[in-house]
Amino acid sequence: MDKNRQSALEIVSSYDGPKLRIMETCGTHTHEIFRLGIRRILPANLELISGPGCPVCVTPVSFIDEAVLLALEYGATICTFGDLLRVPGTSLSLAGARAQGARIRIVYAPMDAVSYAKQHPEESAVFLSVGFETTTPATCLAVRLAAADGVSNFSVLTANKAMPGAYRALKHSADLFLYPGHVHAITGTALCEEMTREGVSGVIAGFTSDEILTALAVAIVRHREGAPFFVNCYPRVVRPQGNPKAIALMNEMMDPCDSEWRGLGVIPDSGMRLKASCAAFDARKKFDLPPVRGHANPACRCGDVLRGACRPHDCPLFGKTCTPEHPVGACMVSNEGACSAWYRYAL
Amino acid sequence: MNDKTSRRQLSPYATTNQTVTLAHGAGGKQTSDLIDQIFKAHFSNPDLTADDAAVLPAPPGRIAMTTDGFIVSPAFFPGGNIGKLSVCGTVNDLACMGAKPLYLSCAFVIEEGYPMEQLAQIAASMAATASEAGIRIVSGDTKVAGKGQADGVFITTTGVGLLTEGVRTSGAFAKPGDSVIVTGDIGRHGCTILLAREDFGIEADVTSDCAPLWGVVRSVLDETTDVHVIRDATRGGVGTVLYEIAAQSQVGIRLNAKAIPVADQVYGVCGMLGLEPLYLACEGRLVIVAPKEQTPAILNALRQNDNSKDAVQIGEITEDHPGYVTMTTEIGAQTILPGPGGELLPRIC
Repeated sequence: MDKNRQSALEIVSSYDGPKLRIMETCGTHTHEIFRLGIRRILPANLELISGPGCPVCVTPVSFIDEAVLLALEYGATICTFGDLLRVPGTSLSLAGARAQGARIRIVYAPMDAVSYAKQHPEESAVFLSVGFETTTPATCLAVRLAAADGVSNFSVLTANKAMPGAYRALKHSADLFLYPGHVHAITGTALCEEMTREGVSGVIAGFTSDEILTALAVAIVRHREGAPFFVNCYPRVVRPQGNPKAIALMNEMMDPCDSEWRGLGVIPDSGMRLKASCAAFDARKKFDLPPVRGHANPACRCGDVLRGACRPHDCPLFGKTCTPEHPVGACMVSNEGACSAWYRYAL
Repeated sequence: MNDKTSRRQLSPYATTNQTVTLAHGAGGKQTSDLIDQIFKAHFSNPDLTADDAAVLPAPPGRIAMTTDGFIVSPAFFPGGNIGKLSVCGTVNDLACMGAKPLYLSCAFVIEEGYPMEQLAQIAASMAATASEAGIRIVSGDTKVAGKGQADGVFITTTGVGLLTEGVRTSGAFAKPGDSVIVTGDIGRHGCTILLAREDFGIEADVTSDCAPLWGVVRSVLDETTDVHVIRDATRGGVGTVLYEIAAQSQVGIRLNAKAIPVADQVYGVCGMLGLEPLYLACEGRLVIVAPKEQTPAILNALRQNDNSKDAVQIGEITEDHPGYVTMTTEIGAQTILPGPGGELLPRIC
């Protein structure tokens, strides 16, 4: 085992081929790559790009604006993961709205929001559903259970993302992808095979140091061979068929939709929203929300960072007006955001 | 509740459903009943009298004195309760200065309606822990706050200890070349409280490391007094303590990631919630910085003691990167431990 890792480490650290850009699209990969110091052992011609993998980072300004509107104008109680609190909206973050009297509750799972709604029948609880295929099934389950229990004061504001559209939109931003192990544990490997047929290469990676280094080494070796490829380097968790129960649940409750990604714009078929049959739990329909257009700080280059078009420190705000304590862009908010990681791991 | 004291018949209140009322704090008969039946019943010793202040013999040499407030929620957790914690916290602060704990005072703020039985359990834990640590509870105070004005029970303890001759420890005394030692696996208390407090739906068998550590410190000082820093890694965990030492001593600290002891359960919970074990609180672990040549003897002494049997060197003090904690990671890369700060918020995926 140790010998294998050494060789993976050697393959990665001694790469001397043409410039190779590998994009990871999972916040946990970004975090682990920084924590392990993998960038510090890479040669100059091997570049890792932290693509859109952290749910907080890709959540658009307009979504925060919708949540703030729901809380301040419609009197809803917002139930959200803690990470979203400090993401700037056009004029207010949720933390800012809370300071103005909005009811904001931190939850750790969608079901917590259903429980909160049950315990507070006089309030209208809205769960902010962000995340990829890893978190979407839990939202579906919460809606299903709320429906079964007749919890009518619970609804969901969706910003769920689906990876297929994102890979296609980003395929020119990198030479190959480090596919996220958690996402493909749910969705399986069919999409990756399909991407190979479209000329896009990648490997599914796990999350330990061995798993990440092995995946990078496999990617380097296969890339050298020239043809588009896909390898599942996380077979102990990712099965070709994925998790059929979770897939069935998502298909039962959700439809694909176009979706706005912060900094990347609207990507066709890159989101998921509740089906018409679940309209009673869709906050946009329940509250008849008007369309909201968000405006990000024009100097913020989060979008370029997510596409690998620039590095965090190329942004004029990085480390000056934008820091983990006072984030301007979403990539500086979460521990998994590229800007936050660059800032915190700088020596 | 494997605490053997909790199974004792504690007081006439122990099996009743009585609660603390505002009358218990009014200074009259009910106040003395509360003191007699809960506190005196457990804390009784010749130095604890009904007078306004404890009168004590002055020890020869220099004394150390410290105070700390405890508001932990929940008050009862796997491995201890707020009573045990309130004695350990102060005893350990004294121990870190190389001071043998002598006397302890304790002040309680109790919320109206607090169950007597729980109060009795807290007092019993304090008595048992004080006895284990060799410290005498010599003075106390009880106030009752109206419902909602306090959360359950708050305890403040103040301790006095006798400094060991020849020992001078401070966060400012770390020197390049010194070894950095932790006295056991890290992050257990913080992990325990987090799981007890929030409904993550995670089942994990994690117990707080809460323990009085004078015995641990004494075993080191019996071996050598050539120790530069002793700190207990409470709030903020080992990572925060190391950053404080790096700043106070103007040195760098290089850790070896592979050497840092973390229990499997704590590691698993941290992985799921996206937390760094180095920033989770400990209540029974010390960070010791000592000259390299003393390290084998110190580790040997520590490993004889139940509360530090897994002691291990996790890093060293360096001249480079003053003010920073750096890390040799599992893959051999040199990186930084991001500085402490912010709330402990779980990652969302």
